[in-house]
Amino acid sequence: MKNRWLPSLVLSPSLLMVGVCVYGFIVFTFYLSFTSSTILPNFNLAGTENYERLFSLSTFYSSLQNLGIFSFLYITISMLLGMTLAILIDQRIRAESIFRSIFLYPMALSFIVTGTAWKWLLDPSIGLERTMHLLGFEDFVFDWIKDGEMAIYTVVIAAVWQTSGFVMALFLAGLRGIDNEVLNAARVDGAKSWRIYTRIIIPQLGPSFISSFVILAHMAIKSYDLVIALTGGGPGRATWLPSVFMYQYTFTRNEMAVGAASAVIMLVGIAIVVIPYVRREMRLNKGGHA
Amino acid sequence: MSSVTTATATTAVPPSKKPSTLTLDRVWLYAILLLFAFLFLMPIYVMVINSIKPLDEIRAGNLVALPLAPTLEPWVQAWSQAQIGVQATGLKPYFLNSFLMVIPAVLISTALGALNGYVLTQFKIKGGTLIFGLVLFSVFIPFQIVLIPMAKLLGELGMAGTVKGLILVHTIYGIGFGTLFFRNFYAAFPQELVKSARMDGAGFFVLFWRLMLPASLPIVVVNIIWQFTNIWNDFLFGASFSDYSSYPLTVALNNLVSSSTGVKEYNVHFAGAFIAALPTLIVYIVSGKYFVRGLMAGSVKG
Repeated sequence: MKNRWLPSLVLSPSLLMVGVCVYGFIVFTFYLSFTSSTILPNFNLAGTENYERLFSLSTFYSSLQNLGIFSFLYITISMLLGMTLAILIDQRIRAESIFRSIFLYPMALSFIVTGTAWKWLLDPSIGLERTMHLLGFEDFVFDWIKDGEMAIYTVVIAAVWQTSGFVMALFLAGLRGIDNEVLNAARVDGAKSWRIYTRIIIPQLGPSFISSFVILAHMAIKSYDLVIALTGGGPGRATWLPSVFMYQYTFTRNEMAVGAASAVIMLVGIAIVVIPYVRREMRLNKGGHA
Repeated sequence: MSSVTTATATTAVPPSKKPSTLTLDRVWLYAILLLFAFLFLMPIYVMVINSIKPLDEIRAGNLVALPLAPTLEPWVQAWSQAQIGVQATGLKPYFLNSFLMVIPAVLISTALGALNGYVLTQFKIKGGTLIFGLVLFSVFIPFQIVLIPMAKLLGELGMAGTVKGLILVHTIYGIGFGTLFFRNFYAAFPQELVKSARMDGAGFFVLFWRLMLPASLPIVVVNIIWQFTNIWNDFLFGASFSDYSSYPLTVALNNLVSSSTGVKEYNVHFAGAFIAALPTLIVYIVSGKYFVRGLMAGSVKG
């Protein structure tokens, strides 16, 4: 082709934007986390002061603790539920596409919408608890959303509701990709169906497990909107996650450098989960188009 | 695992013949499925049913009961009268903001994604694999890491607190997904066709415009739906970079629900939430197949 430079020229605006606004900005925020910035960014270096402060703050410690509880339960339950739904749907059922659509539609909603709906559903004064009282179950108590100890679990409920249909779709794709001949052979040998699942099918779903883990883990670390809409981080600061911490310290409490440091910690968390995955994809890419 | 094959596996493989006899096992199977379907539908049912109840009916009755005196008043309130921020404008102007933001951002990032995918697959680019890796990683980053410098950049460009600023932000962070979608799609494009078109002397843009693009409709649709859903549903950028005049709908809805002083108008909140959910729900219902394909390709990248 005559214009050898044309392809690179077409690619360059995008590379410039991604280069500056992703990687340049990461460097910027990283640098900022070592400065004494407060309301506005400044470039006076302050050593590791912000990280020391970050890890001495009880608000950050409890944000990390919440993230630990939230991500463990969110990932585990979503995967189990998603896989169960996929296996149920894979039983040659009637109206399969209707069931699939019902389990997946929450994925189309904004977390703000999900948060709003669940906020009032879980509110003891008008939601589930009161409805059960009116139906005659007067001792029914479900006030986790008002309880500092339990509120983080309501975030898990709403988040699982939103994304487990997506996990179902990933596992369903995995199930449909399994070689039928192996299954038929096992059936002919008279293996019980649950045994076929535990011994033959589930061990073959490795790629579905890996993809859903990577996606759920990175979504857990990024979770922000849902917490804001569902609990506003409360009661008190009971449902703060590092994402909420970052926003509060950067934009409300005017401790920008500490906020930047917390963003760096979030990025490190995501990098640990994602980089092995990205490297694998790059290897596959090098060896020709997969 | 290639995204294209993964995606088609869910949609294209027809389930084999259904057994016609109902055994006890199958009764259980359907009972469990219906129970889950009920749990998944409950929140949206509660939202809709309570958005057409007068407030005192919500307070007196239970959340799952059908309305005794259905009314559209909460919808009218949410759409054009509710207090959001300082003014009692309802969600209407913010609905418009979201559209003004989402349309250009989707179009521009789709166009750039298509061109990038074309270049990355059909031409030898130095460091192509590295570029691919960097773009792939960029779609996973927590946006908290770019909030501060982006706020500074928007300020310097005079775009802080404007819809234009949000368009720019969403376009930039939409490039990654767009590029990956089109790259994966074009990687499977028949090379003989490209070769013979080149033999015939087709140049860079002719090749793209005449050969690649007309064959790209499915991935264009997937990308548009994916970007539309993501950008429409965004909250973090909206909350960080907009003000009263430029709030997207998600931010306005959150203000409506969380900052209402005095009486909590649950019915108006539910109506508002449903209004915010409608555009993406419609997209999902109308083109669920493409939505799922985007979801799969967007997440099981490469």
